[in-house]
Amino acid sequence: MDKHSLVIIGGGPAGMAAAIEARKSGIDDIVIYERDVQLGGILNQCIHNGFGLHTFKEELTGPEYAGRFIEQTEKLGIRFETGSMVLSVSRNKEITVVSRSAGLKTVKADAVILAMGCRERPRGALNIPGMRPQGVYTAGTAQKMVNCEGWVPGKEVVILGSGDIGLIMARRMTLEGAHVKVVAELMPYSGGLKRNIVQCLDDYDIPLKLSHTVVDIKGRRKLEGVTIAEVDNTGAPIPGTEEYYSCDTLLLSCGLIPENELSLGAGVSINSATNGPIVDDRLQTNVEGVFACGNVLHVHDLVDFVSEESGRAGRSAADYLKRGGKKENPEKCVTVTAGEGVRYTVPSTIDAANICDSVHLRFRVRNVYKGCSIVVAAGERELIRKKKKIMVPSEMEEVLLKKELLTDVDGITVTITGGGV
Amino acid sequence: MESRIFDVAVIGAGVIGCAAARELSRYKLSVAVLERESDVCEGTSKANSAIIHAGFDAVPGTLKARFNVEGNKMMDGVAEELDIPFKRNGAMVVCWKESEMSKIETLYERGVSNGVEGLRILTGNEARAMEPALSKDVYAALYAPTSGIVCPFEMTIAFAENACKNGASFSFSTEVTGIERSGEEFVIATSKGEFRAKAVVNCAGVHADEIHNMTEKADFSISARKGEYMLLDKSAGGLVKNTIFQVPTEMGKGVLVSPTVHGNLIVGPTAEDIGDKEDISTTRQGLEAVKRVSALSVSGVPYNKVITSFSGLRATGSTGDFIIEDHDGFIDAAGIESPGLSSAPAIAKHLAKLVCARLVPEEKTDFDPKRKGIPKLAQLSFEDRKALIDERPDYGQIVCRCEQISEGEILDSIRRPLGATTLDGVKRRVRAGMGRCQAGFCSPRVIELLAKELHIPQWEVKKNG
Repeated sequence: MDKHSLVIIGGGPAGMAAAIEARKSGIDDIVIYERDVQLGGILNQCIHNGFGLHTFKEELTGPEYAGRFIEQTEKLGIRFETGSMVLSVSRNKEITVVSRSAGLKTVKADAVILAMGCRERPRGALNIPGMRPQGVYTAGTAQKMVNCEGWVPGKEVVILGSGDIGLIMARRMTLEGAHVKVVAELMPYSGGLKRNIVQCLDDYDIPLKLSHTVVDIKGRRKLEGVTIAEVDNTGAPIPGTEEYYSCDTLLLSCGLIPENELSLGAGVSINSATNGPIVDDRLQTNVEGVFACGNVLHVHDLVDFVSEESGRAGRSAADYLKRGGKKENPEKCVTVTAGEGVRYTVPSTIDAANICDSVHLRFRVRNVYKGCSIVVAAGERELIRKKKKIMVPSEMEEVLLKKELLTDVDGITVTITGGGV
Repeated sequence: MESRIFDVAVIGAGVIGCAAARELSRYKLSVAVLERESDVCEGTSKANSAIIHAGFDAVPGTLKARFNVEGNKMMDGVAEELDIPFKRNGAMVVCWKESEMSKIETLYERGVSNGVEGLRILTGNEARAMEPALSKDVYAALYAPTSGIVCPFEMTIAFAENACKNGASFSFSTEVTGIERSGEEFVIATSKGEFRAKAVVNCAGVHADEIHNMTEKADFSISARKGEYMLLDKSAGGLVKNTIFQVPTEMGKGVLVSPTVHGNLIVGPTAEDIGDKEDISTTRQGLEAVKRVSALSVSGVPYNKVITSFSGLRATGSTGDFIIEDHDGFIDAAGIESPGLSSAPAIAKHLAKLVCARLVPEEKTDFDPKRKGIPKLAQLSFEDRKALIDERPDYGQIVCRCEQISEGEILDSIRRPLGATTLDGVKRRVRAGMGRCQAGFCSPRVIELLAKELHIPQWEVKKNG
């Protein structure tokens, strides 16, 4: 059986950033398994710009952003195998991988970084009633068809869900000559970034209907139209508000699900709020030597944060390997609790004695909050208070925790306080 | 256009039509299967509970009782010959009150009388010991160990492929528009021109009455009874081992909760008589009803793990029983609702017998009952899989991530006789797109493969039809 120090599953932005930082931290024997024909992951189909403002201080397209990391991966001589699908990962870090060129094999790793990304929530999981004709796609699938395969799936488009890919595709389909009639969003607020609402909908006069959903799909072979209705505050359609839109394409942008089937097989514990692994501040899962980063860990809003987080996973894995795979024996483990208004936090625990000097605490809020504050507290003692003009569920929030704040602390809670919803 | 002349024309390429074609291909007969859709298994056969019923439900003496029990007993042989997945997982019919025991006992007695083996009546606690997810309210259950689960797609496709291998010809996108008797022959007008045959076997599902009425007296009708289902992720597939039915109550026939032969969990169906024989839509009310009613028998069905929902139409005959009759060469196989899938192998044998009684053909000496399925790589041992990939590298290229289906399997599904020409065709043959992401990941790649193999541009590749 082949052996590697570090196996990274997934060669998208997370996997590459992790590999680069692990190599820079002195790990030689790294291999990335990527199922696509090239590195870059989902960025390869994101040909719009807006990537890299934080990382490179300039606006790049998805492929350009990926290109910067591919260049470094290659320059550092990091081994990667494309067209390679990992089929399973065991608790003792044996990885079964298959490809056309190398066939089926099992390799043993001293450390593993999970960087498989996420998938789109399909129609079936949304339980949208109606017929099942051709013409219903998740937004990302349509994006792949338009941007990579070079053909447009339809001319008259309705979009359900205002996730970022849906918004981007509203603009993209419009630019390709399609008529995007409406974007319906179940929630009373958008699921995507403010800038995407402005640049992808408002600029093209595409209406966004909040608190609306698709209640029927018509068409036996091909999509003929959809019925949209307003929903009440429980999400149930309000009778009498139905409106029919004829269309040949329905795009779904209703959420992303971290792809953790491999993680589960390895015995990794999953956080039910993120659908991603539960990790400590080193991004290590409950399985020793198995780390997670990027959208497989929690769905990010910006790739820049994926890169930053994943670099940390790479460095942590390198530390772990340099210690000879021995557990660091945390002297002091601080638990992080998602309090009022906070859906989850990553990480869930912090090894206060061993963090360098600070740790990024990332989370999402449950609702739209205006003029509220993020409060990090240890029991009654307030450690950090950060006033925010507005916080929305579609954007990730973060606070930087300095090491000195965590001395003599067993647990911290993050809450949103003050202001109004 | 010149008419094409056959000994037998089978109308409809659902499970009954395909199984009948296979039985007929044992004989020196020219057989044509006429199907209005572009593929086999496009109607009722593609959307049902996928259960091989034990046979305790039908009233003794009916065709339903006879063919169900016969068909059930034939399934091991059929599955072996045709290389299709089939598992006798057992079934329970549960009730909630002592007053409902008489219904359980009636089913038990019917079963015994129909020749169903191994039936037992269990107390609620005995049933829960076998199926911990059963509701605490379950009072008793009828247990039928011979009940099974099957892949209805592969079963239908396998019958068709084996029929084709033994000489039956299939004509797709061929909608029958009229039938006339002309001497000893039937002249069949279709959307693809005229066919002539000495015998017609009517396996047209919900449309069997319309086909019947083209040449025979209108002495029965078929109504479409819609059933809505939900299919859950494989991570929920282990909730129950047996198929869990409910005794009928004043609230309705109840719904079943069952593992599928592929390891998913299926819940449904509703039962609603509808006027439109093409209406396979799901409804909010229907899906809500499935959730509500299933909870009566099985607790904790994780409905957040639904991966898809669908509707099927049962071809409900006005007589209440299967309608299988020879009208001087026009042979009906109509009203084949549940337990139609279970009965298919036995009905097919019977239909072939009716045809043979008229046409008195010789048996072929070279009939080959065996069909080899497309290798299911995800189910093979490491060594077997490795060996196959070393021989065929395209089996190493995974296209469908959720079900781990390779490019090689997809190409096989397109290149085989009666191969797939649509996304749904590929999905039903090798399960690419059948998993938790519901083709989001693999469909661009499968479209690319279909386009290449069919020599059409990608945008002309269809989902169905």
